[in-house]
Formats: sequence, structure tokens, C-alpha cells
Amino acid sequence: MTTLLAIGTAKGLFLATSDGGRSGWEVSGPHFPMTGVYAVAVDARPGAPRLLAGMTSSHFGPSVATSDDLGASWDEPEQAPVAFPADTGATLGRVWQLVPAGPDEPGVVWAGTEPSALFRSTDGGRSFTLVRSLWDHPHREQWGAGFGGQAVHTVLPHPRDPQRIVVAMSTGGVYRSEDAGASWLPGNTGIRAYFLPDEWPEFGQCVHKVARDAGNPERLYAQNHHGVYRSDDDGRTWTSIAAGLPSDFGFPMVAHPSRPGTVWTFPLIADAQRFPVDHRCRVFRSADAGGKWEPLSVGLPEQPFYPSVLRDAMCAGEGGGVYFGTRSGEVYASRDDGDSWSPVAAHLPDVLCVRAAEI
Amino acid sequence: MVTVLVPGPLRGEVGGASRLTVEAAGSVGAVLDALAVSWPRLARRIRDERGELRRYVNVYVDGEDCRHTGGVAAPVADGAEVRVLPSVAGG
Repeated sequence: MTTLLAIGTAKGLFLATSDGGRSGWEVSGPHFPMTGVYAVAVDARPGAPRLLAGMTSSHFGPSVATSDDLGASWDEPEQAPVAFPADTGATLGRVWQLVPAGPDEPGVVWAGTEPSALFRSTDGGRSFTLVRSLWDHPHREQWGAGFGGQAVHTVLPHPRDPQRIVVAMSTGGVYRSEDAGASWLPGNTGIRAYFLPDEWPEFGQCVHKVARDAGNPERLYAQNHHGVYRSDDDGRTWTSIAAGLPSDFGFPMVAHPSRPGTVWTFPLIADAQRFPVDHRCRVFRSADAGGKWEPLSVGLPEQPFYPSVLRDAMCAGEGGGVYFGTRSGEVYASRDDGDSWSPVAAHLPDVLCVRAAEI
Repeated sequence: MVTVLVPGPLRGEVGGASRLTVEAAGSVGAVLDALAVSWPRLARRIRDERGELRRYVNVYVDGEDCRHTGGVAAPVADGAEVRVLPSVAGG
């Protein structure tokens, strides 16, 4: 087996591959140079693996490209793969998220975008259609924009029930559908929005990332703009799991691909101090769904460390693989669930996203 | 007929050509509409889905920045030269 790690950066996509025990890496790129690659996906469903990249040129706008030969060549449709219909009056800022649906829906790929919207593809990511039900949601006019823009940055199809899907946006919060996206309800009960006069609103929270527990898909984990939470009812209600973390601020939240209860995050000091806590490069892991947390730093830099890890710049794969990239262009991998780490690449542009797959 | 000069970063969309001719005139929008028929991917690099010029792409009509003469409605005479240039942007 070969491990493929797709690394989206502010100036292109890099592809790292490693055979066997992931002891060494070969890195190619940049693919799509001088574009910000905010979204990347490896569609590993049956059939040839397909890479999907959502890139944005500051000059020439956003697009989505696919590769069926592991990045040796890329194909970008003539017509814009993701575009807002004329009647919306909106224009695509960028694609923030590309997520293949479950194995029961071959060809279905979801895209989360800026401005906050959800798109669905039925041809493996070659073309997408706006999900009108979310775009027409009466709350939409009240969704706000964080510093990174207003975007649906998280899309979580249910692995066994195609009717159920969860999305999250900044700002706006979590929304859930139980009818395959035909209708949506907010799912933010219990999540505090300290930056609003009403700190417990129905929606408007600034969720940074949500992860679904692969072994127990009713369980979700959320890293918020201050606040770390768990839901045991598919996002209806949330309870804090921040106790034991050195800070409740951060961006990523990653769940183990198969083992229930194991999650990772990368805490920063605070909203106004977006540096790693104690200026130390440490990942935090919980093996009991947020009951306890432990720092992980073996193999990571020991000197004072200042870069942050963005919301999609951490991921987990099979075989104990955990990966993250920093805004200083360093990428690290673990092959033992985070107990120890080794470098994959350094001196890349700011890392925006990483995704791994065994191919 | 109008000549469209294609900047280096976009020539890959048109087989490496640096200049194209299109059977259109009247306005920048009309020229870009005609461009989109044959080269839709090139056209969407220049305009967004609302038909507006992308913020950091400039279009000059016979040397005049079209943003000063009406934007996509800027007049383009038959035989004009339309030059597409990415503006100075990025870091």
C-alpha cells in the first residue's frame, strides 16, 4: 500500500507519497501553482481513486479539478464545475470543502462554498448543483462572515444513512438534514456564542470544524471559536468537552477513521492570541470522546513554536496515520495515532488543508 | 472582427495562442460572450458567473482600460484590439 497525502497550500497543491511504513516521503508539486488550494479530497470509493482539488486564483477565480491518475494529470471542465445560478445574484468566492458521500451513493460529492452554500455532484465532482433548500433557508440573511469569509467549511454525510447530512459554517453554526438535504434545521443547542448579546442563540455560532465519529456516527465533535463540544444525538444538542484541554480555542477537529471516541485537535491560546498554547507544538488527543485529553509532541519541534494549524490542515487516515500542516509550511505525520511524529515536508507555503488515503 | 490578446498565464486554455480573433464587436461583454462560445474556460477566468470582470483582471480596448469606459459595457469597435492583462496583485 502507498500512503498519499494531499497538501493544499496558499500557493498550490503538493502530493506526498510514502510506501510501506511511511518512513520516507516523496513530494511533488506545486500542482496549480499560485492558487490557494482550500479543499482537497481523495475519493477512495470502489473504482479508481480520484483526487479532487478546489483551488482559487486571486486573478482568475475559483474552480475544481479532478485527477484519476493520482495527480499525474488533472482535468478541469470547460464549464465552471461550481457556480451560482444567475437568479441567486451570488458569485463563487471559493470552494472550502469537497467530500465524497458514502459508499451507497457512488458519484455523489458534496462541496461547501463561500458564500455559505452547499453544492452536490452526482458525477464524481465534475459538475455540481446548488442545494436550494439550504440557500433558501430563512436564516441565511442572518449568517455572518468570520475573518476567513462566510463559508460552509464542513460537510458530513452520514456513513450509513444517505438521508442524513450535517454542515457547519462560520458564522452560522451547525445545520442538519434528515431528508437528504431537502430541509435543514439548526443544530446548535448547547454551543455558546460569547461574541453575541444572546450567548445561546438558535444559530449564529462560529463553529470552526466538526468531525463525525466513524465508529459511532451519531456522535460529533466540534471545535468552536472558543468552545470544544460533543454531540451524541447527531448534532441536535452539544455538551462541552473542553475540560482537560489547555485552551478551548483552535481550528481543527479530527476523528479517528474507525475507532470510536478518538479525536485530535490543536489548541491555540485564544481568539486574541492565535499561537499554540505555551508556544509549544502539541497536538491533543482524547481516546474517550473528550473525557480526558493528552498532549502529543514526540518528534515535533521543541523550540518555541508560533504557527497555527488551520481547520482543514489536520486529518487522520488508516493504520494509525495522523497528519497536520502549519501556516509555516511544515507537515508532520504520525503512524501511531499521534504518539510520535516525523516530518513529511518543510518550507512549503502556508498549509490550508491535508487529506490522506491508502491507495 | 476583434483581436483578443491573451496573457501568458491563460494561453494554456487556448492551445498556447497569444492572440485570438472573434466575430464580435459592440462591447467588451459581447466580445467576452463570443469568446465563451469557443473557449468557455478562458472566459470564466476573466469574468465571474454574473458576467462581471474578475477583480484582478483588466481588459484594455485599444489601450484604454475598459473600467474607465463602462466596464463590460465599454464600446468595442469592429477591428479593435482587446488586451486581457492580469493586474498587479498577490503576494
